[in-house]
Amino acid sequence: MADEGKKAKKTIIPDRVHMAEQAAEERVSNFKEVPLGYTEDQAAEEAKRCLQCKKAACSTGCPVEINIPEFIKLVAEKNFQEAAKKIKSTNSLPAVCGRVCPQEIQCESKCIVGKKGDPVSIGGLERFVADWERDHGTVEAPPRPQARNKKVAVVGSGPAGLTVASDLAKLGYGVTLFEALHKTGGVLVYGIPEFRLPKAIVQAEVDFVESLGVEIKTNALIGKLYTIPELMESGYDAVFIGIGAGGPMFMNIPGEELNGVYSANEFLTRSNLMKAYLFPEYDTPIKKNKKVAVVGAGNVAMDSVRTAIRLGADEVYLVYRRSEKEMPARNEEIERAKEENAILKLLTNPVRLIGNDKGWVTGMECIKMELGEPDDSGRRRPVPIKGSEFIIEVDDVIMALGTNANPLLTQATPGLELNKWGYVVADEETCATSIKGVYAGGDIVTGSATVILAMGAGRKAAKAIDSYLSTSA
Amino acid sequence: MYKVLDKKKLASTVTLLKLDTPEIAKKVKPGQFVIIRLNEEGERLPLTVNDFDREKGTITIVFQEVGKTTKLLGKLEVNEQIADVVGPLGKHTEIEKFGKVICIGGGVGTAVIYPVTRALYQAGNEVVGIVGARNKDLLTFVDEMEAVTNQLIVTTDDGSQGRKGLVTEPLKEILDSGEKIDHIIAIGPAIMMKFVCKTTEPYKVKTIVSLNPIMLDATGMCGVCRVRVGGETKFGCVDGPEFDGHQVDFDSLINRLKQYVAEEKISMATIEG
Ligand SMILES: Cc1cc2nc3c(=O)[nH]c(=O)nc-3n(C[C@H](O)[C@H](O)[C@H](O)COP(=O)(O)OP(=O)(O)OC[C@H]3O[C@@H](n4cnc5c(N)ncnc54)[C@H](O)[C@@H]3O)c2cc1C
Ligand code: FES
Repeated sequence: MADEGKKAKKTIIPDRVHMAEQAAEERVSNFKEVPLGYTEDQAAEEAKRCLQCKKAACSTGCPVEINIPEFIKLVAEKNFQEAAKKIKSTNSLPAVCGRVCPQEIQCESKCIVGKKGDPVSIGGLERFVADWERDHGTVEAPPRPQARNKKVAVVGSGPAGLTVASDLAKLGYGVTLFEALHKTGGVLVYGIPEFRLPKAIVQAEVDFVESLGVEIKTNALIGKLYTIPELMESGYDAVFIGIGAGGPMFMNIPGEELNGVYSANEFLTRSNLMKAYLFPEYDTPIKKNKKVAVVGAGNVAMDSVRTAIRLGADEVYLVYRRSEKEMPARNEEIERAKEENAILKLLTNPVRLIGNDKGWVTGMECIKMELGEPDDSGRRRPVPIKGSEFIIEVDDVIMALGTNANPLLTQATPGLELNKWGYVVADEETCATSIKGVYAGGDIVTGSATVILAMGAGRKAAKAIDSYLSTSA
Repeated sequence: MYKVLDKKKLASTVTLLKLDTPEIAKKVKPGQFVIIRLNEEGERLPLTVNDFDREKGTITIVFQEVGKTTKLLGKLEVNEQIADVVGPLGKHTEIEKFGKVICIGGGVGTAVIYPVTRALYQAGNEVVGIVGARNKDLLTFVDEMEAVTNQLIVTTDDGSQGRKGLVTEPLKEILDSGEKIDHIIAIGPAIMMKFVCKTTEPYKVKTIVSLNPIMLDATGMCGVCRVRVGGETKFGCVDGPEFDGHQVDFDSLINRLKQYVAEEKISMATIEG
């Protein structure tokens, strides 16, 4: 790596090619995607910034180990089709990852070019390649391998489940993907908004997984329709649990049952999965309120803020008990929310919600906070300042505090070991659980994390399931 | 896609559909519900299962046409398809031999309490049924209830059939008679269940109700279905739909049910005219 660093100094590397995006004034009134993507020439130009390091540090920063220099080289040569194939050999969802992965803390954080200026836009190029292939209608499923007479049930169709399913299908296993909702994709379809991840793109990637021979069964809530023991009895040789961390969190403060108070899961599911932003063309309604407070500061909070703005709110507050430095959302998302006029109420914590005589929320009483000593997470603990209570007038409150493990399936699975928060205990390397033949990965093991970590777990689980099924009779 | 195999108009605005759902039919138990989504633009609507046939692989649902989705559902004909049916959802009714039981159905709630009543009757309980509706036209499942109860009392608000008045009146009379009642179940509009619970509370007879909060995913993911029960927040879709009625905060439930009244009108307007 030291050598390559020296080389970087000698070569004059041009600045990162800027990706065009919709201006803030324009995008606040539509749900279209914000960044517009590279042109072919721009992509090739950006790709040429890559130093083609022999020991590519970037690839080690990728949980699914995409061969980054190789695909970028193909882009520089404008051989986009081969670039797509290269990425897809290890990542079935490149159009998704190119858009929502936190590249700044993964591959791009290790990029040597980034030591002096902006790192190579690996995410931007990944996105370009995947879009190019889709737009040119050249997506092709790899040849079907020889079928093996073993079947695997995958529960949950988020990034973890989709990855396990496609990896095992590529090895010739019969795979059935069971999804509780009417659409596949998990958080990619119900949580992340259209303006960050167009649903047609998710669908195209799911179609690709299906083209590998995966049988998809929607409307199948496992734990109710079938239990895991029943799946095993009915002929599945292994089961993967990838059900996400779907439970909503509330603050347990007075007034949360008032009308106009939602979990971010509800708010985003209405808007994204049910397309309520198109109501009444779509039947599911959503309130288009004027003064909205979103509590929390992660990606989910940013998505809620920016959705509320697009639904026509006049004032959208982001209420967070720590300071801006501690906000867990990606910087890019925080910046975009600010450009779209979100009002940050930092070091502020809600203590109670106030309603009118009709049962609708009208105000949120908050208390000012200051940062004290660091807590277990290493972040400075917020402490309330006595007597600093004040009221924000609101007609809509969205709780984006994070999620917890949904117990529906785990409680219906005797013998499945859980930790004290209800997450499934699984081996870090193999994703094996306490039940033989049952594996788990993604948010249901780690708690809310990222798309790519869920995919990384899916990849490991697929390997482990393959070796389990290859050795078991 | 799920096919409609049979259709019956039970009253001018109440319809029964039999659906081809073999996997659900195998699993469903009295008291559980399904989510229905009619088409790509459709909303997810919870409907309690009225009956099922494990052999033939069917379930039946009964609904009153009150909004856009139930109106469109009522227009479906035999052999037409529904995009999505998900289930069985929620916890099923606890069926045991309690002794003497009262089963109360209000409006289309009668269709839902029917399989519960039948199960309780078959479990050897002595069952008194009370079914009520606004008028004669809206009374359904009277004959079926008759067949699975030891005694059936019918009430209508306007006296067009059975006793004139509300279901709570005969209920109070039975409780006042001093006869020992071991268990009560009430299913119907929230306001009816509220008053049933108010009536039974002084007599300290356990009263189970089946709540109908607004739902979205019905898998425990969104929390829109939250209700206050015994001072705690519970999710109607996974912790319920049945709860101890004496613990339920009905006023909050009734308030939450009004959230989308304005939008429902807008929605209806798109299919009227
Ligand atoms: C609003 C929001 C924004 C986010 N933004 C980003 C981002 O920008 N970048 C990023 O990397 N990460 C982001 N994340 C996190 C990321 O989406 C998750 O970490 C990831 O989706 C987890 O994948 P998973 O496969 O474990 O589960 P999920 O995506 O949660 O999928 C689980 C699936 O299982 C289904 N299911 C649940 N129970 C059952 C059952 N019993 N039977 C059948 N099916 C079941 C669910 O319906 C769901 O479809 C975001 C999350 C949210 C909520
Ligand atoms: S309907 Fe969403 S949690 Fe119950």
